[in-house]
Amino acid sequence: MRKLALTLAASAALVALSLAAPVRAEDEIKLPSPGWSFKGPFGTYDRAALQRGFQVYKEVCSACHSLNYVHYRDLGPAGPDGGIGFSEEEVKAIAAGVQVTDGPNDNGDMFERPGRPYDKFKAPFANANAARASNNGALPPDLSLIVKAREGFEDYVYGILTGFADPPADMKMMDGMNYNKYFPGHQIAMPPPLTDDRVTYADGTKATVAQEAHDVVTFLSWASEPTLEMRKRIGMKSMIFLLVLSGLLYAVKRKVWRDVH
Amino acid sequence: MATSSSSKFFSHPVVKWIEYRLPIFSFVDHSLGSQYPAPKNLSYWWNFGSLAGAMLSIMILSGIFLAMNYTPHAAMAFDSVERIMRDVNYGWLMRYIHMNGGSFFFIAVYIHLLRGFYYGSYKYPREVLWWLGVIILLLMMATAFMGYVLPWGQMSFWGATVITNLFSAIPLVGDSIVTLLWGGFAVDNPTLNRFFSLHYLLPFVIVGVVVAHIWALHIHGSNNPLGIDTKGPQDKIPFHPYYTVKDAFGLAVFLLIYAGFVFFAPNFFGEPDNYIQANPLSTPPHIVPEWYFLPYYAILRSIPDKLLGVIAMFSSILILFVLPWLDTSRVRSGRFRPVFRWFFALFVLDAFALGAVGAHPPEGWWLVVGRVATFWYFFHFIIIMPLLGWFERPLPLPASISEPVLGGARPAGAAVRSMEKN
Repeated sequence: MRKLALTLAASAALVALSLAAPVRAEDEIKLPSPGWSFKGPFGTYDRAALQRGFQVYKEVCSACHSLNYVHYRDLGPAGPDGGIGFSEEEVKAIAAGVQVTDGPNDNGDMFERPGRPYDKFKAPFANANAARASNNGALPPDLSLIVKAREGFEDYVYGILTGFADPPADMKMMDGMNYNKYFPGHQIAMPPPLTDDRVTYADGTKATVAQEAHDVVTFLSWASEPTLEMRKRIGMKSMIFLLVLSGLLYAVKRKVWRDVH
Repeated sequence: MATSSSSKFFSHPVVKWIEYRLPIFSFVDHSLGSQYPAPKNLSYWWNFGSLAGAMLSIMILSGIFLAMNYTPHAAMAFDSVERIMRDVNYGWLMRYIHMNGGSFFFIAVYIHLLRGFYYGSYKYPREVLWWLGVIILLLMMATAFMGYVLPWGQMSFWGATVITNLFSAIPLVGDSIVTLLWGGFAVDNPTLNRFFSLHYLLPFVIVGVVVAHIWALHIHGSNNPLGIDTKGPQDKIPFHPYYTVKDAFGLAVFLLIYAGFVFFAPNFFGEPDNYIQANPLSTPPHIVPEWYFLPYYAILRSIPDKLLGVIAMFSSILILFVLPWLDTSRVRSGRFRPVFRWFFALFVLDAFALGAVGAHPPEGWWLVVGRVATFWYFFHFIIIMPLLGWFERPLPLPASISEPVLGGARPAGAAVRSMEKN
């Protein structure tokens, strides 16, 4: 009787929990799920995909989107979690490819200098107003946290990049807007950024839209959560430690309580 | 009082030297050690008090390290949190421990509270102990709410806006209270500053009330699954080593589950919107509080009138203060209350239903479920609890704790001998 009541309460609780899952806007559309190397308890970032994804960001996205929380040094072998695998020389060369404003110097003047690994990624616009002025009034969001900041996460960003299509015949599009299957409201200010062979990969990978999207979303997932691999590594050790500790403490508990039962 | 026995009790010369001057070792021993007798039949449901205490310690420790790297300024708070996540050594670990720790603190406390419900732990003579627990819950809620504002993401900002605005429903002084909470005329930098200050202060207030909670606990000792008073030494075992090892085992298992979330699903309890910096000009489509506030949020939104909704929301906690008198049954444990047991299960279901309602916009049948569940929440306390005590026929209570445990045949076991040895 008591067991039954408790079981009932527990199963009711489980049902309620599944119902309590957060609401998602545009629930009717199922996001694509192309599969990611970094999912699951042992998942890690695919270094080749990260480097290709960085190339897509640099050659395509960075024209409008900033990456304010990432430093050039993070790309190297010694980023917060091993970086994305460029050598220190390559990182220096990448950083030197942009001009950053520094100063003031001894004369009180600001000056331009080549970027260094400790600099943050240079933003394409000086401020939000400049970004809006160049983009038909729309503000291209910073991409540092884009994967963590959207319901659907990497699948959503991948969906946006691959979800451009012609609008349905009965849909009235606003001026300058583009139809996207996965964007809430389906009208997005961003024009389709990726096309086949938009970039040329050094490793010979064929640059289809799906491939470019997959690579850049892998890169942006890393930008959102650069410590993911370290977290899982420490996590595994912690779980094993706590599992053994629980087992030992259970044995001690049994031994101590032997006389009471 | 302890000094006379302590010189026999402690053998190490350094311990003896200190003990003679400051009897701290016997104090600990009487509080959580071999000189504190506890009922011998406590189940694992009794682990959650010490688990809540462990979570409080973890929250304070991880919070102190976060505060060393956090900047409480509207223009810099979000960036400083990202700096903690990316550039501070093991900053991500501290933040995920703290973020998920809030959830696991509430999990431990809610189970602790439901255990008290089921086994009647709030009844004579433990009413003040129960009150102190409710005060801790209220302080925790205030602390958690203000802590959630600190990262200054979209949910932080809009959650703070919605919740602080509730106080404007109070007649006459409502608007002044809101201005005082905000430190201005909108949620802005002064709000963030005072919330940070209070978020750092309140945990230590909680520690103080926890001390009083444990003090009150020690006057009459723990309740137990049978809900009957201990009748003598044969019903008790010393807290150490029996419950220290049992609590330690429980803690290891609890930490295992907690670590699973910290390391493998650290954003499970979070909202993606909170990784977008606060923007007063853009309201998120759904403003939802953290999961542990969802039932109260559901009660608030189930009532069409703002003031009445706010009153109902606060009453849903405040009513716990009078629960010892609303429950008219003299039997503590639900084990011997055949009807109460079912209503308890229904109440738990009701609380979860309210949680589910709180996560959804108040439209369609969610609104209906929310209203029925809100009604039932108060109906349970105000009507069911008093009536049950009058009309329910409880099962016969065992004569003592030892009787069902030992089958009544064996004399008191080795546990008692170990007490006597001490």
